Amino acid sequence: MRTILRGLHAHAAAFGVLICLLSVVPRALALEPAAMADLASDETSDKARAIDTIAAAGDEEALTVLEALLGGDLQVTPDKHFLIKRSSGLVDAISGSPVSPEPDEYDKVRINNRLRAQTESAIAGLRLLSRDPAVRLEAAKAIDPSRDNLPLLGKALSRESVPEIRNALRKAEAVANLHSPDPASQLAAIETLAGSTDPRVKADLMALSRSTAKDQESPAMAKVHEAAADAVKAIERRLAMYAYLGRFFTGASLASVLLLVALGLAITYGLLGVINMAHGEMLMIGAYATYMTQQIFRDHFPHSVDWYLVFAVPTSFVIAAAVGMLLERTVIRWLYGRPLETLLATWGISLFLIQLVRQIFGAQNVEVANPSWMSGGIEFSNLVFPYNRIVIIAFSGAVLLLVWLLLSRTRLGLFIRGVTQNRTMAACMGVRTGRVDLLAFGLGSGIGGLAGCALSQIGNVGPDLGQSYIIDSFMVVVLGGVGQLLGTVYAALGLGVVSKFLEPYIGAVPTKILILVLIIAFIQKRPQGLFALKGRAVEA
Amino acid sequence: MTTFSIPGESPLFGAKGWAAIAAFLLTTVVLVPVLFLVVPESSPFHLSAYFVTLIGKIMCYCVVAVAMNLIWGYTGILSLGHGVFFALGGYAFGMYLMRMIGHEGQYQSDLPDFMVFLDWKAYPWYWSFTDHFWYAIALVILVPALLAFVFGFFAFRSRIRGVYFSIITQALTFAFMLLFFRNDTGFGGNNGFTDFKKILDYRIADPGTRAALFAITGVYLMGCLVLTRALIRSKYGRVLTAIRDSESRLMFSGYNPLWYKLSIWTLSAVLCGIAGALYVPQVGIINPSEMSPANSIEIAIWVAVGGRGTLLGPIIGAGIVNGAKSFFTQSFPEYWLYFLGVLFVVVTLFLPKGIAGWFLKFKGAK
Repeated sequence: MRTILRGLHAHAAAFGVLICLLSVVPRALALEPAAMADLASDETSDKARAIDTIAAAGDEEALTVLEALLGGDLQVTPDKHFLIKRSSGLVDAISGSPVSPEPDEYDKVRINNRLRAQTESAIAGLRLLSRDPAVRLEAAKAIDPSRDNLPLLGKALSRESVPEIRNALRKAEAVANLHSPDPASQLAAIETLAGSTDPRVKADLMALSRSTAKDQESPAMAKVHEAAADAVKAIERRLAMYAYLGRFFTGASLASVLLLVALGLAITYGLLGVINMAHGEMLMIGAYATYMTQQIFRDHFPHSVDWYLVFAVPTSFVIAAAVGMLLERTVIRWLYGRPLETLLATWGISLFLIQLVRQIFGAQNVEVANPSWMSGGIEFSNLVFPYNRIVIIAFSGAVLLLVWLLLSRTRLGLFIRGVTQNRTMAACMGVRTGRVDLLAFGLGSGIGGLAGCALSQIGNVGPDLGQSYIIDSFMVVVLGGVGQLLGTVYAALGLGVVSKFLEPYIGAVPTKILILVLIIAFIQKRPQGLFALKGRAVEA
Repeated sequence: MTTFSIPGESPLFGAKGWAAIAAFLLTTVVLVPVLFLVVPESSPFHLSAYFVTLIGKIMCYCVVAVAMNLIWGYTGILSLGHGVFFALGGYAFGMYLMRMIGHEGQYQSDLPDFMVFLDWKAYPWYWSFTDHFWYAIALVILVPALLAFVFGFFAFRSRIRGVYFSIITQALTFAFMLLFFRNDTGFGGNNGFTDFKKILDYRIADPGTRAALFAITGVYLMGCLVLTRALIRSKYGRVLTAIRDSESRLMFSGYNPLWYKLSIWTLSAVLCGIAGALYVPQVGIINPSEMSPANSIEIAIWVAVGGRGTLLGPIIGAGIVNGAKSFFTQSFPEYWLYFLGVLFVVVTLFLPKGIAGWFLKFKGAK
């Protein structure tokens, strides 16, 4: 507190109205009723003085009073007692405590346009000097960067210690200084702003870089214009870089979704040789399981509804895995070794499941909400990285890790790999291949359910959810090659990032077509995909 | 796999076979048109326009099933993208039909309604000359052929087969569907082509035109059937079945499967394209949903239900499934997908050779 005060005094002389008043009421840290008395006057000049006095108090109460004044909620009784009209009733302007009984007679404190402007800038100033850093940051970002606010900005800067707020203040100051009559301070401002990415700053700089005709300007001005043009170029370069960064992020996000979807397919197709066209419906089942978990939480545990997702993850896995194992037992096990028939039968199953869900839950999309801790995002310059996307990237990494551990470190994983490599030999060694098939299919379907749970957080949940992902994820499996998870990972990353980089240039649909062409071209070189199993197996 | 359909030097069809074909032709060319056009509406023998259109539509599907049978039933290559060839043929002929509307559209403009609506100023280049009937017919054949040839060349050259090939054909039709759904492609976007008025100088709505289209479709279907039979009993056909049964062994015997596969694939696509061109004027609309992956995979189930690798199976299958579809979508629309889904499972599990195969088993047992 003391340092702040000292800072105030040191700069007091240099700054305008506000500061003059600080010296009038040097230690007026709290808003006192006497300071407001003049607001009741009919004279504009008295009111103006009162506003300055209140602003000089510089505390939260002063801010409340000024905001009430601006909003037309400030009332005054004939005995100069100030009240604020709230929806709940009248409160005391300074203490904020309810007033009862309510006075019989009171009147609104009226202000004209001049006073309104004065109040606005006083509020901005108070916010800039608020004790709450969040309020200060918001004020620093919102302040009008005009030269009139320069003294205020300087004062705020001198008191500010939080780097983020200092940066915002510096920026506002520099933008204001762009229009300074002094070329030197203009140059300094340009230098500060060259690191910015704000489109408004860029527009200001561009305007400056071509503001006057070239032939009739002084050398100093020419230098300013040149510097502004250079700064614009620097900003454009940086914006382009950020655009790439943003695309890389959306690409990684798409890749993580594709990876989650394709991982289950890679297990059922790559390891078991079963092409599961109903895999998309496993996603749908996982998403609906998430929806049901959310509804149960809303009905029975409304206080912890934010944590429904934690329960939805295992639920969606278990339900999808159960459905998958049921399908394996009833239909798919009879079709091993006949991939084309499996394809048709699983397509039939997918039609059946879609219609079933449509009849149970309706054909409309159901609403699955992000938990509050997943909404919003990290802001970085002009980019926003949404939390739900970040969580899904992390989630798919975690699922990948678990699957890898399961396949490489557990007994079941060993059996699955054994059956993949040589079914007959594995059976001879005593592996119950039928059971391994069942569990592996359940695992693949369960991962599909997890993918559905993740998708419910970023997209619509409806009966057709699975259909929209199935073709893309098959492309991932085809590109990645059969039998190894690593291929799937690379293919998902590659397809995700490449398509997000192409989309801005040629549009979404041409990108899909181009990707298909690229995959066909790629398969010319490596018919078995990125990572083919080495061996002597020849297809019959 | 069985090879019951290749009798060495036997004639194209036996006496019974020719008689059946003649009977079918007589029905479609004479009997149905007479019952439709001449017999008065009050008579119980009169056929309604709805019925004639429905059967005409199903016959187009039968041709698609026959074409699918060539590539899947005999050559063992499951295409999940045949809908794209059907739709391309339909679109190519649809372009001609759109230009025949002339100034009869809602906006009475030189351009089709959807182009006026979407603010096109002139026809895009690929619409040029489509007002000539024979040029449109050429497009109907050439466009599916070209796509099939180019796609097939690259796919077969790198020996993409089995499920891989199926998945890639599915992606192909999906990509085309997305492309045609767009308004800026110049094919009417979502709504596709519709509101046709004339074909050559005949009004499409006239019963006479309908009967003629019906008869042409029937003749075309029989033509495809005879062609299938002729191909299959030739040496070329035997190589195809050898590809189906053991491609590796065929290669070790000194054959290059590429050209066999490519030619039958392209032929199959062309047959589908022509079927699409016959379908569009009868049904009166073509839109991108014809290219949806679900539609294409349904073609496979027609063939599977009827019996792949048999001559008549695909026709039986397409007839039964589409008849059931008309019945269900009118009477119990919400149960159609259950029926179709169960059909997929039941046929693959219990009727691997379809209805025709089941019949042949009975015949063999006797």
